[in-house]
Order: sequence, then structure tokens, then C-alpha cells
Amino acid sequence: MLEQVKRIILVLSGKGGVGKSTVSTQLALTLREKGYKIGLLDVDLCGPSVPYLLNLEGQNIHQGNDGWIPVYLDNEQKLGVMSIGFLLNSRNDAVVWRGPKKTSMIKQFLEDVCWQELDFLIIDTPPGTSDEHITVMENLRQIPHCSAIIVTTPQQVAIEDVRKEITFCRKTGIPIMGIIENMSGYECPVCSECTNIFSSGGGKSLAEISKIPFLGSLPIDPRVGKLAGRGVAAIKELPDSKTSQVFNELVTQLSEQSNAT
Amino acid sequence: MSDIPENAPQHCPGTESQDAGKASACAGCPNQNICASGAASLPDPAIDIIKNRLSNVKHKILVLSGKGGVGKSTVTSLLGHGLAAKSPDINVGILDADICGPSQPRVLGVHGEQVHNSGSGWSPVYVTDNLSLMSIGFLLGSPDDAVIWRGPKKNGMIKQFLSEVDWGELDYLLIDTPPGTSDEHLSAVSSIDFTFLILVAGLQLLDTPQEVALLDVRKELQFCRKVGVPVLGVVENMSLFVCPNCKSRSEIFPATTGGAAQMCEDLGAALLGRLPLDPLLARCCDQGTDFLQALPHSPAVVALNDIVDKIISACEST
Repeated sequence: MLEQVKRIILVLSGKGGVGKSTVSTQLALTLREKGYKIGLLDVDLCGPSVPYLLNLEGQNIHQGNDGWIPVYLDNEQKLGVMSIGFLLNSRNDAVVWRGPKKTSMIKQFLEDVCWQELDFLIIDTPPGTSDEHITVMENLRQIPHCSAIIVTTPQQVAIEDVRKEITFCRKTGIPIMGIIENMSGYECPVCSECTNIFSSGGGKSLAEISKIPFLGSLPIDPRVGKLAGRGVAAIKELPDSKTSQVFNELVTQLSEQSNAT
Repeated sequence: MSDIPENAPQHCPGTESQDAGKASACAGCPNQNICASGAASLPDPAIDIIKNRLSNVKHKILVLSGKGGVGKSTVTSLLGHGLAAKSPDINVGILDADICGPSQPRVLGVHGEQVHNSGSGWSPVYVTDNLSLMSIGFLLGSPDDAVIWRGPKKNGMIKQFLSEVDWGELDYLLIDTPPGTSDEHLSAVSSIDFTFLILVAGLQLLDTPQEVALLDVRKELQFCRKVGVPVLGVVENMSLFVCPNCKSRSEIFPATTGGAAQMCEDLGAALLGRLPLDPLLARCCDQGTDFLQALPHSPAVVALNDIVDKIISACEST
């Protein structure tokens, strides 16, 4: 099913809550704004957040002739989304599964979804280096043009987990495109003093130590937070923000690479 | 939980059923003899060992959250310090069940320590005289080492932690878990009778506003109901930001649907307390210093002590 996908990007992080889903959705939305055809696959089975972030909760997946048809954000079908969130009856439902069951669900997501022709398939992952990740890697091994973006926050605690994720990528042989540092600082709305709540510079120094390109740091911006749940791109809604700048650069880099191949 | 294996033949009666090994579907199954002998329906021998090992532990508390990065490890370490600080006679143990991303050694300031093996089992690492910790972080050679394990191997590790670690006499054993509702949680819950369970709800980072984090906590509450462990309550983390410069309070993660208080009301759980977001706390976690001793008057410590008192009184009354 993935032969018609030109390039696959995995969004990874060893730590939870650093913004993998936000980076995945914003990256997908930014690429869509630039006219590419995008698929977004959420393999976080125990805590799918993509449907909420893109305001697609309550949508259903349909079975077509060629396989499952993803949920499209727009009528032109430029951005297709697949997540276990669409298969649950209620938003409170918990998926209490052990590894083997999760593995077969992800295999189905990778093999049975009819994405049609895609420029980019973005895969959002849960935290850790376990069943979900091993399954995705095993199934993508044969596919060329696959790379990973690693998301981190600046604290030492997060960096430590992310170093493990880098080792994971190296062991499984997936090229790392770069590191994005999220939540770098917060500007107090009262006195405009910028506080590095979660310390600063951790992502950059990690990139230097592990010799991985640094793709930029995203500040804590409440305006971007408010975009969640609406499914709008930051570059469209907040063109002047630092967030848009980082995503613009990232997308430019991606399109240059895809033109070169 | 179903006892039918994933790769069983169609119509398998289940390994613990009366018909195991005898039903028509069992003909030709490579495990038919094992099932027919009754060996598969015996309880897991590890459970007895674990029960025995943990019989000196008075209260076992599981710290959970569906979402990652909400502060489970921070809250666990703070609770550990808080409980231990109440009296030198209270012994507290922390078990870090997050196999793929162990954070407790760093947060408690003991990374790089070694676990020793003695005749009575593995000895945990002591952070203070009455606070001990066990984590897979102590068993890894370098911080870059990744633990790339599927579920069954992680379960084995957790069972080993539960059965081999020599905690001694403990008043409280806190178990810190990874995000989600999967292998680690099921293993812990199925091997121990927990006194209580504490949920951590974080007002998630800006990009994932609170509603997303709560969405996952709701799932975790469902999980608790499914496995039948009583929920002591919910701790709301990072609810306010107190600017260190002007001391003004602001909500970084604005509550869009009433926050944890609303969720607790909806789902019938108690709200144990709210911890404000404090940059100094984050720094303490990175350096592994005891936040309670470093800044005894910060709003976070006051809120924390309140939560600790509630936990103690709830545990005493059972």
C-alpha cells in the first residue's frame, strides 16, 4: 500500500508530552499549505491525540474497495488522517492492549490503508522504544526515502530519554533528519520577562554532541496552543510567529530534498 | 482478561477453561498436551513470590497518567520525598516501572549509582536514609543505551523488579509508570494488590492544551475501572505559572473545559490537589536536588504537603 508514497517522515521522541503530535500535525498542515498531498498516521494506540488536534473527533473510517479510506480534513483530499481514535466509540474508551495486539493493529494501519498517491506520509508515534516503534521500523525497512525527526524539550530529564531514541534510530538504521526543540521559553504576559521554564539550549547541545542537524527551537506560544483543536496551520494563522518560521524552514528543506531525488 | 493466546487456533476454548486441551478445536494444536495436563491453568508462580516479597510493604501506590510528560516522575519523586520527610520512621520505596525512559535516577539525583546483589535479593539505591529507589536506569551501561524491548520482555523485567528487590520494611511503595495503558501497567496491576492509585493530570504544554491531556487521563480512569483498583484521586500538575520576576500568576495552559476539577466531578474521582508550575522545580529535577528542602516555602511545596497529608490519612483509614 505504501508504493505510491514518495517519502515517509517519522516523528519520534523518547519522552512523552514534548509535542510530537503537535509537531506532526503542524508539519502536515504546513506541507498542505504548500500544495503537497499528505497522509498523517497516528500510531499512538493508547493515547491518540491527532483527531482532537485536527478537530476530526467523531469521524468514521470507511472501508473501500482497496482498503480503509482515511479521514480527510478537506474536500480536496489533500490531507488524509488515520488514527485509532476514529475506531473508538467514546472518547473515554481506553485501549488496554498488550504488545502483540498493538503490533497487529499497526500492521493493519501500514498495510490496509488506502492512501493513494502521497508526497509525504507523516507518522506520529507514542513515547518510548517499544512494540509500536519496532513494528513500524520492521515494516518500513524495505521502503526508501524514510527518515526521522526527533522532538525534545530542553530539560536534562527529556534529553536523557531522547538520547535513547537516537540510539534506537541508529540501531535500526533509520536516518535522522534532525532535532526540533519545543517549549524553549515563556514570555510572562504581565512583565514580558522571558523565562526558560524548562531550562534552555538542551536541544542544540544534544544536536552538537550526537552530530545531528538542529532544525530549530519552538517557544511556548499560547497562540499556537489555541490553534490545537481547530486544524489550522500556524503559518496561515500566525505568519509572524517564531513557530511559523521554524516550520517554513523545515518545509523548504523537505521540498528541496524531494526535488533533488 | 482473555486467556486465549494471540496465535491460537480458531475456537480455542482458552488455556484456563475446563475444556483446555480437550475441545475439538484443540486437535492438532502444538500446545494440546500442555493444556490437557492442566499446567496452563495453574496460577502464575511468580505471583506468589511477589506477594511474599511485598508482604512487608504496608501501602502500595501506583502513579499513572495516560499522557506523557505531565509530571508523573516529578510527582512521584516529590511524594516520595514528602512522605519520607514526615518522620524518619516512615520508610518509602520508589519503583520506576518506565523501562524505555527511566527518569527517576536523574530526578532523585542518584544517576550513575549501582545496584548490588546480596543473598536476600537486589538492594535498592538509597537516596536518603528512608527513601530507596529501584530503576532500570541503574542497570544500563551508558545514558545512550536504548532498551528496545517488546512487551513480554518488559513484563519479565517488571516481575523481576517486584520479586527480586529486597526493600526491607516499607510503609509506602510508590510505583512510577510510563505513559499509556499497556504492558507495564497490566503486569504491575495483575501481580500486586494495590492499596491505591493516583492519577496525574498535567495541563499540557501549550501546543497540546489541557483538553488533550485530560482526554488521556479519562482513558486511564477507564483502565482503573476495568482492572478494579481503587482511585485515590487526581493530582493536577502545572496548573499555574508563577513568574519568578513579578510574582504574577498566569495560566500558561488555559483550561478550555473546566480542567481536572470538572473531569473529577464528571468521573467521580477526588481532586487531591494542584501543583503550580515552577521553573525552580524543573531545575531541581534536572539537578536531582530535594525540592522540599531547597525551597520549603514555595507554593508548590505547600500544595504538595497538603497532598501528602491526604494520602497518609487515606492509607491509614484502610
